[in-house]
Amino acid sequence: MNRFLLPLSIFVVVVGFLGIGLTLNPREIPSPLVGKAAPEFSQPQLYDQEKVFSPADLKGKVWLLNFWASWCSGCKTEHPVLMDLAQSGQVTIYGMDYKDQREEALTWLQRGGNPYSVVGVDEVGRVGINFGVYGVPETYVIDKQGVIRYKQIGPLYPDTVEKKILPLVKQLESE
Amino acid sequence: MKWVMLIILCVSGSAWAGEARPLTDDPVAEARLKHLAVELRCLVCQNQTLADSSAPLAEDLRREVREMIAKNMSDPEIIEFLVSRYGDFVLYRPPLKATTTLLWVGPFVLMAIGVTALVMTLRRRSRTVAEVSVTDEEHRRVEQLLAEGEKRS
Repeated sequence: MNRFLLPLSIFVVVVGFLGIGLTLNPREIPSPLVGKAAPEFSQPQLYDQEKVFSPADLKGKVWLLNFWASWCSGCKTEHPVLMDLAQSGQVTIYGMDYKDQREEALTWLQRGGNPYSVVGVDEVGRVGINFGVYGVPETYVIDKQGVIRYKQIGPLYPDTVEKKILPLVKQLESE
Repeated sequence: MKWVMLIILCVSGSAWAGEARPLTDDPVAEARLKHLAVELRCLVCQNQTLADSSAPLAEDLRREVREMIAKNMSDPEIIEFLVSRYGDFVLYRPPLKATTTLLWVGPFVLMAIGVTALVMTLRRRSRTVAEVSVTDEEHRRVEQLLAEGEKRS
């Protein structure tokens, strides 16, 4: 009996590690930008190209920045969630149209509704690089001091909004 | 026929290599880009280097790196630019720090455990072999048994 104890315990440990490995998502790379000031940018707006969208105007506010594109399939899943969140009025969502065609982006918002207070355009993806975006959709929670407090990689689900985004927004509002 | 196939294979092979097409006209800058890009991981196709990947983000990042090379930034500065945005994950050789200790030390720990186990097993085995000592009485009995066995067969 004793001679099986060691191999068995090694087996259990290996299974344990592999089990943990299965629950991890290799696509979710922790961002070094969480806890740091959001990168500055000033991009043309989608609707009014003459106007500029810049986070400098949003100091003193807690807001979400959502990177999306009309070609992105995850954004389709996420869109109704953003619509609900915007309608609840609990937090303002700003959009960044990432490497997209203007016409297609406009059609997309016309069809699905526009959850964004303002939409900026990042045509060449440079703002995306500064924010460390590597796969849309990605959503950032930015606090009153303009610091990134949370990064969601991939679509937002009602569950994530309820359990992570809204409690965090509430906490940041009271800071 | 075989030769035709071979030629087709060779030609199509060089067409594939077009993925990593030269990005600048300046050969020195291009060499630097190549040298940097093989050390950097593409975040979309995670097991490809920035040099190999044809993902749109990899193309954008190569463009950024090329521009930084044109601005005469040093290699550590360029790497710092990417690490500050995407984390140590972009490096194929992450730096040794608290969060990466297990990554660097782990294999050596496992090897040490393996070697120790091997040495212990080998020692135990040689000891058990040495410990088998036979008395004269037993020796005689063995001989007797063997002789009997021979007779039977």
